[in-house]
Amino acid sequence: MAFDSLAAFLSMGGYAPYVWPAYGATLLLLLGVVCHLSLERRRLWRELRRRARRERHQSRDGGTTP
Amino acid sequence: MWAFIHKLGSPKVFYALSARLSPWFWTAAAVLIGTGGVWGLAFAPADYQQGDSFRIIYVHVPAAFLAQSIFVVMALAGLVFMVWKIKLADMAATAMAPLGAGMTFVALLSGAVWGVPTWGTWWQWDARLTSMLILFFLYIGVIALRGAFGSRDAGSRAASVLTMVGVINIPIIKYSVDWWYTLHQPATFSITSRPAMPTEMWLPLLIMVLGFYSFFIAVTLTRTRNEILRRESSKRWVRDLVGEAG
Amino acid sequence: MSRPEARSAIVSPDRARGVDASLTSALYATMRRDLILLLRRPGAVLNPLAFFALVITLFPIGISPDPELLAIIAPGLLWVAALLAALLSLDGLFREDAEDGALEQLLLAPHPLPALALAKVAVHWLTTGLPLALMAPVLGVMLSLPLGSYGVLALSLALGSATLSVIGAIGAALTVGVSRGGVLLSLLVLPLYVPVLIFGAGAVQAAIAGSGVAAHLALLGALLAAALVFAPWAIAASLRISLNG
Repeated sequence: MAFDSLAAFLSMGGYAPYVWPAYGATLLLLLGVVCHLSLERRRLWRELRRRARRERHQSRDGGTTP
Repeated sequence: MWAFIHKLGSPKVFYALSARLSPWFWTAAAVLIGTGGVWGLAFAPADYQQGDSFRIIYVHVPAAFLAQSIFVVMALAGLVFMVWKIKLADMAATAMAPLGAGMTFVALLSGAVWGVPTWGTWWQWDARLTSMLILFFLYIGVIALRGAFGSRDAGSRAASVLTMVGVINIPIIKYSVDWWYTLHQPATFSITSRPAMPTEMWLPLLIMVLGFYSFFIAVTLTRTRNEILRRESSKRWVRDLVGEAG
Repeated sequence: MSRPEARSAIVSPDRARGVDASLTSALYATMRRDLILLLRRPGAVLNPLAFFALVITLFPIGISPDPELLAIIAPGLLWVAALLAALLSLDGLFREDAEDGALEQLLLAPHPLPALALAKVAVHWLTTGLPLALMAPVLGVMLSLPLGSYGVLALSLALGSATLSVIGAIGAALTVGVSRGGVLLSLLVLPLYVPVLIFGAGAVQAAIAGSGVAAHLALLGALLAAALVFAPWAIAASLRISLNG
C-alpha cells in the first residue's frame, strides 16, 4: 500500500484537488455511457412492444382504423 | 472466410452473436478497470518528481489511446460501409462516435488537470493536448455532419467520407502540432521527458488500457444492437423478437 | 500503309460533328464558365478581400495600436484572417450550381468528376486565394510587419491558400445539400486547416527571424501535393452523396 493511512490516501500527497476530479470525470463518463445505454435499450423495447400491440389490435379489428 | 464475414454483416446474425459476446466484455471491462484503478491509485509507487499527481496517468493515457483508436475504427467502419455497403458497419460507426468524443474530452480534462501542478495553469498549449483538442473538434464535426442530412443514409455516407478524410489528417495534424510546439517550446517541464517507468508503475497502466478497450468493445456491441433495433424495427425478425418477449 | 488520312478515318463521333469532347476542353470550359460567372458579379471576388481587410483593422482596435506588439502577432493575424476569408467564400463554391442544376450536369458529364471538381477548385483559388495573397502585404504594412517578410507572406499565402481551397472543397461538397451549411462547413474544415496554418504562419515568422524559409515552404508544397492527390476523390464522392441524397 503506497499510503500509510486513509487520510493520506484521500489527500493524495497534497494533489487531491487534481487526482480526484480527473478520476471522477472518467468514472462519470463510464457510468454515464452505461446508464444511457440501458435507458436507450429500455426505451426502444417499450416502443417496439407498443407498436406490436397496436398492430395486433388493428389486425384483430379487421384493420378498420388506419 | 468471406461467407462468415458476409453472414456477420447481417443485423439478425450480429444481434444474436453480440448478445452472447457482450456480457464477457462487460465483465472483463469491470474487472480490469476495477483492479487497474485501485492498483494505480493506491498501490503503485508515487513518481519521484511529480509525487502522487502522476496517478492521473492511469486515467489520462487509456482515455487518450481510446480516443485515437476509436476514430481509426470509425474510419475503417466507414470504409467497409462505403465499399461493401454493409449497413451494420455504419450502425457501429454511429454507435462509437459519442464514446470517442467522450473519451477525448476526458483525456483533455485529465491532461489539463494533470498539468496544473506542473505548469501552474489550467490550460497549457502542450503539443499533445492541442492535438487532442483538434481531434475533439473532428469528432464533433463527424457527429454534427451525420445528423445534418434529411435522409439517414446520406448522413451516414457523408460522415463516413469525413471520417476517412479526418483519419488521413490525424497523423499530419499530430506531427505539425508537435513540430509547432518544439518551435515555440517554452522552457517548461514536459510530461514525456521522464525515465522509463518501473514495472510496478506501468503494469496497472497496461491493465487500465486493456480495461478501457474491453469497455469500448462492450459499449460498441451493445449500442450497435440498440441501433439495429432502431433501424430494423419494421423488419419481420425484430417483430417476432418483440412478439416473443412481449 | 499508315497514311495520315487512313488513320484520321477513325474519327470519334463527337469530333465528326465538330464537338471537341476531350477532357482538357471540358476542364477549360468549366473553368471558363466559372470565371465568367464570377467576374460578372464582382461582389463574389471582392467580398473576401473586404472581409480580410476589415478583420485586420479590428485587431489593432481590439488589442493595441503599439507597433512592436503588432509586429509580433502580425504573421499569425494575417494568416488566420486570410484563412477565414477563404473559408467564407467556400460556401458558394458549389451552392449556386447545386441550386440551378448545373452541378447535376457536372455529375452526368462523361468526364471524371474529380477532374471537373478540381477545375472548379482551381477557379476558387484564382478568385480568392490569389487575391488574398496579393493583398496581404498591403495589410502587413498596417500591422507594421517587419521588412523582408512581405515576399514570403505573399508566397506562403498563395501556396497555402491552394491547399485551403482543395481541402475546403471537401467540406463544401459535403454541406452543399445541407440548409444553412455555412457554420457546419467551418466546423468540418477548420481542424483540417491547422497544419497549413502552422507552416504558413511559421514561414513568415521564420522570414522575420531571418532563419531559413525553405523548410516551411517545402512543407506547404508537400501538403498541397498530398491534398491534390487525395482530395478530388473525396470531393467527387461528397458531391455524389449530397446530390443523390
